[in-house]
Amino acid sequence: MAGKLRAAILGPGNIGIDLMLKLLRSPYHELVLMAGIYPDSEGLRMAAKKGIAISTDGIDGVLALKNLDIVYDATGAKPHLQHAPRLKEAGIFAVDLTPAAVGPYVVPAVNLEQHLDKLNVNLITCGGQATVPIVHAISRVTPVAYAEIVATISSCSAGPGTRKNIDEFTETTRQALITVGGAKDGKAIIILNPADPPILMRNTIYAQCDTAQINAISQSVGQMVKDIQRYVPGYRLKVAPYADDGRVVAMIEVTGAGDYLPVYSGNLDIITAAAVAIGERYAQHKEKAVG
Amino acid sequence: MKAIRIIDTTLRDGMHAVSHQLTPDQMAAVAAGLDQAGVGTIEVGHGDGLGGSSLQYGFAAASDFDYLAAVAQVVQSARIDVLLIPGIGTIDMLREAMQYGVKTVRVATHVTEADVGEQHIGFAKKNNLEAIGFLMMSHMASPQKVAEQAKLFEGYGADIVYVTDSAGAMLPADVKARVEAVRQAVGIPIGFHGHNNLGLAIGNSLAAIEAGATLVDGTVRGLGAGAGNAQLEVLTAVLAKAGLETGIDLYKIMDVGEELVEPLMHRPQIIGNAALAIGYAGAYGSFLLHAQRAAEKFGLDARDILLEMGRRKTVGGQEDLILDVAISLAGAKR
Repeated sequence: MAGKLRAAILGPGNIGIDLMLKLLRSPYHELVLMAGIYPDSEGLRMAAKKGIAISTDGIDGVLALKNLDIVYDATGAKPHLQHAPRLKEAGIFAVDLTPAAVGPYVVPAVNLEQHLDKLNVNLITCGGQATVPIVHAISRVTPVAYAEIVATISSCSAGPGTRKNIDEFTETTRQALITVGGAKDGKAIIILNPADPPILMRNTIYAQCDTAQINAISQSVGQMVKDIQRYVPGYRLKVAPYADDGRVVAMIEVTGAGDYLPVYSGNLDIITAAAVAIGERYAQHKEKAVG
Repeated sequence: MKAIRIIDTTLRDGMHAVSHQLTPDQMAAVAAGLDQAGVGTIEVGHGDGLGGSSLQYGFAAASDFDYLAAVAQVVQSARIDVLLIPGIGTIDMLREAMQYGVKTVRVATHVTEADVGEQHIGFAKKNNLEAIGFLMMSHMASPQKVAEQAKLFEGYGADIVYVTDSAGAMLPADVKARVEAVRQAVGIPIGFHGHNNLGLAIGNSLAAIEAGATLVDGTVRGLGAGAGNAQLEVLTAVLAKAGLETGIDLYKIMDVGEELVEPLMHRPQIIGNAALAIGYAGAYGSFLLHAQRAAEKFGLDARDILLEMGRRKTVGGQEDLILDVAISLAGAKR
């Protein structure tokens, strides 16, 4: 179909592989390359098997291709800091799944439209994708003086990147609660739970606000959940907004789609699904701009 | 005489028992008493450590740094220590705490997740802090697993590693098996942090020492999460009778209990029904007051909530799940 984005994935780890399976299904993407740096990578093997071109030259392999529209960077914060300026120079739209945060934080259901003309957008964190839109849904009803979130994820779906950079997770998520969620102040907590069978990703959102608005808040949150379900089908309200002592509490559970990572990895699924949603919207936007 | 190092956590774990409401002045008064009684290391702050002040765990009466500043002003010879749970506290917070004379940091992770503390231990060592790896909820892992995780902490540069019975769920044999396994795996000193939900905080501390631990934690009047900790006055007397040197003056530490700590307590530190349920179920000690509040709100028995928290294999810090469990138990009742 016309308007398909020529896409590449940089970083063939768990996230890159899950993203590959989602992009292959997307009517707006033509996945033309999976690039990594380790020749024995499982992700590169899987991509080759699917008939996708592969490269072990990392960003150089990506830039060697002509006419790329979009690159999904699922490497790490440090590599992305080097990739970002080169992708920008080449005029390629970069979707950053690392905590590098070169570009603005984006949650598709909240602020994607504002940032489609930027060449780099950042996906915050998994906890941010799950909770920031709920805070936004509350703050569009009534001011939120303070938002706090607790993301609990299964130990087996927290990779070495998350583990080594746990402070970045809490700090990046906190920032997004304020800048995207609209809270005046915020805090983020992450907990790893090793229970077997693994637990689903769960998120608790607390917001200090005018709890007399609970009906309007519930309606707004309900609408937001529906908006997110359009790109993350396993996203659901576990505990509906509940007014308690000057604050509203809500809980979200995320079941993954199970594309590559198991269903308990809702934390990883939500970020790959959000990335694809961004690409699809960008494709429509680009089409419109050209047409 | 063999020496045992005591870390006092009255002003950190004890905060759970008073919903984190001690004031900086109250902390300073107790810290001065502990210091004069010969306590060598004093842990200070919100019950959940740096950054713990939150809706999830309860806001403290003051900021981490107000507490540290107040305590630093009065302490003459003791080391000031902070707890840092990665995922709650951050290196930035530790960096700020260092400005108040903090000399020791205990990096606390769930017993199977030591690797989330690698950054924090590394930062502490680079900045000349004493770094302690603190393996919470040690009852939930086998002795081999505890030893493997202790070894990780040693590899990151930790000076000491702790077997921590956060739920007060271990029997003396469980403690011995874990400390013994850790002793065989690492070359650094080993500590034990007990809770009294099964009435074993002192007995388990002795068991840990017999198995090779050279540090144990205590709190004055036992003030702490759940049924509280190893009561420091009792521990001081027991270790003296066992021929072990702690450097703590028994009369003075007793007086700190009666004159300084008792007046601050919200309730007697006993093994109430819900606290016993925590030890029996193996749930995190600080769930106690949160479960009691939820039980009251939803017309439930706190023990049912805590047992369910144990069944769901919850870990430290999952206070938010209490509300979820209470709502589902209340729904099932209707």
